[in-house]
Amino acid sequence: MKDFFAFVRDHADKLMEQTLTHIGLTFVSLLLALLMGVPLGILISRRKKLASSVLGVAGVLQTVPSVALLGFLIPLLGIGVGPALVALFLYALLPIIRNTYVGITEVSPSVKEAARGVGMTNNQILTKVELPLALPVIFAGVRTATVINVGVATLAAYVAAGGLGEFIFSGIALSNVNMMLAGAIPAALLAVGFDFGLARLQNLSAKKMRIGALAFVVLVPFLSAFYLVPGRQDKLIAGFAHEFYGRSDGYPGLQKTYGLKLRPRLIDQSLMYEAIRREQVDIISGYSTDGRIKAFDLLVLADNRHAFPPYDAAPVVRQTALDRYPDLGPTLNLLSGKLTDSIMTALNYRADYLHQSPERIATDFLKSAHLYQLPKPGDRAQTVVMGSKVFTEQYILAEIYRQLIEGKTQLRVATKTGMGGTQICFDALRTGAIDFYPEYTGTGLLVVLQPPAATLQALPMQPDSVYQFVNQQFVDKYQLSWLKPLGFNNSYCLMMRRKQAHLLGIRSITDLVHYLDKK
Amino acid sequence: MIDIQHLTKRFASHTAVDDVSLAIGQGETLVLLGTSGCGKTTTLKMINRLIEPTSGSISVDGIDVVKQAGPELRRRIGYVIQDGGLFPHYSVAQAIATVPKLLGWEPAAIQERIHELMAKLQLPETILNRYPAELSGGQRQRVGLARALAIKPPVVLMDEPFGALDPFTRRHVRRELFGLNELRETTVVLVTHDVSEAIELADRIALMDKGRIVQIGPPDELLNQPANDFVRDFLDDQPQRISR
Repeated sequence: MKDFFAFVRDHADKLMEQTLTHIGLTFVSLLLALLMGVPLGILISRRKKLASSVLGVAGVLQTVPSVALLGFLIPLLGIGVGPALVALFLYALLPIIRNTYVGITEVSPSVKEAARGVGMTNNQILTKVELPLALPVIFAGVRTATVINVGVATLAAYVAAGGLGEFIFSGIALSNVNMMLAGAIPAALLAVGFDFGLARLQNLSAKKMRIGALAFVVLVPFLSAFYLVPGRQDKLIAGFAHEFYGRSDGYPGLQKTYGLKLRPRLIDQSLMYEAIRREQVDIISGYSTDGRIKAFDLLVLADNRHAFPPYDAAPVVRQTALDRYPDLGPTLNLLSGKLTDSIMTALNYRADYLHQSPERIATDFLKSAHLYQLPKPGDRAQTVVMGSKVFTEQYILAEIYRQLIEGKTQLRVATKTGMGGTQICFDALRTGAIDFYPEYTGTGLLVVLQPPAATLQALPMQPDSVYQFVNQQFVDKYQLSWLKPLGFNNSYCLMMRRKQAHLLGIRSITDLVHYLDKK
Repeated sequence: MIDIQHLTKRFASHTAVDDVSLAIGQGETLVLLGTSGCGKTTTLKMINRLIEPTSGSISVDGIDVVKQAGPELRRRIGYVIQDGGLFPHYSVAQAIATVPKLLGWEPAAIQERIHELMAKLQLPETILNRYPAELSGGQRQRVGLARALAIKPPVVLMDEPFGALDPFTRRHVRRELFGLNELRETTVVLVTHDVSEAIELADRIALMDKGRIVQIGPPDELLNQPANDFVRDFLDDQPQRISR
């Protein structure tokens, strides 16, 4: 609990900004929904034939899961405020249309007839009788819509529109409970607070209620204006994944090492690349061998001060397997240094964007590296078991290993691909369920070994030193060996569009800091 | 005052009013009497164009009703329905001010008229700011009538005005209301199915059945010279013990 308050105190500025953005998002969309929903509700109460289709469409929109709705909207509106506002607007629409419609149609027929009977025109009946009597029902709809919107607005953090979702999703990505609560508790308080406030308004007597509703209508644009308060006029706009933003070897590391000062927008990892391609952000976080670097012509900024720990890929093998199959070690080491960053990026690109099969990609690569050999015929008595994690790069690596081993040795290769995350692969390796799998030095260090902070501090974050340290520890503790690195480093990185980086003369993170510091 | 000629109203499945002709004089109280579904309410609502006739004509004060805009016509004709037809969100004062406001009266004139009507209808001034839900049935009925009389209309239409009241209150309220000078000078068309109410209030009764007027005349005439058995049976309102 103390940690929680410490977190809130440390991030008070950010929290305030997020809260204001959240309120702003909620009420801008509510305002739009009112402007559209109330007239539509009135229209369908006049033309009942339209009612079922209008309510049906609004109802269907309501049932679309919010994440899916954002997914539909992103190709149309890009990322940022656009899709978030439209999604919130669509969710707020149904309760407002439906309650306006129900409120008006439920005014008793004898009252409506009396209104006509005393000589009111249709407009007068609407404004003097039907709407005032429907007001409590309409207001109940507004209340529902507000509470829905406070909840859905957390998802704005997926599309870089800000709000309290930033802390919630970062907290989830990092398993940081305090961060999660720092977003979730204010969001819940907002929902409860608005609900309570509107409920009070709703229960006022008829006359006071009209004054209250008027005050509310005046207040909504005012609350909406909160969205405009946090000014965002940075030279370059950064869009970071939630995990990168919070992890100590991510953005905080950059701040410490380079003194980098950005106001990053937080965005879902898979949308980040789309955002930079559409020039909605200028800098993103990512992984240095991602195929999209090539696909979208991005430039990885050089980490010249080594803020990011190295993530050199290398096979991790059981010592017993190396002893039992003498050919295995030397064969795996044939790949040492052959897979550079650019080669691995190109291979990932072929799989992710050209949708080529890992088999074909592996064969092509081995041929170009002059390592390809057709498997020799004959009996294969011995089997080596290989594991891999569930993402493109690991599937390709596994296929390369299989073809390489079966070409160069008399071993048979059984593959257990798709073993989930690091922990599953590592446990399988330690217990002997698999004989080897490709791992990254940084992951070995930070996920498997998790050395105390002092040890980490003392360790230079250079590829060699980390490799040595990890290998030593693995051998001592688990009888597992790291063979020679493959040559690429799939680490965290910052990237920009190549064109823009070139124009601004930015090649490294130091260049970026200089550029940002310039007036 | 009101002249109805060959009035007919057909709905999709049936004829509600079938060739009714009728003249109502100034200051006269005419009661449209009959069973439910006989066409009496439809006839009434065609006078202020709440329902448009299929054929025939109606003129009020010599002017054909279809030549006037509905809302304007209705503002000049008082209209009272069961339980007053008050708006739940209008206080007593607002209710009485409804039509004067629609006609753009000065606020002072409206206030004066409100107080005048409250006194005439024996409504205590303390209820001016109350809402219909806070009034008794009899009070609601009087406020409904006050609203209809606010601009001293030459014609008042009443559709089962006392229908929501218990028999005792009903007798009491109607005697009191019809004793008013204001109503005595006004042409009233009243719809009811209550025979004793009709006999008590009417200058003339028009007894309707199946969309037609069966007999029209002063109550005595209908009682003493019924045109046929239907009239005699309908007016024979005496309670009868079922003989064993």
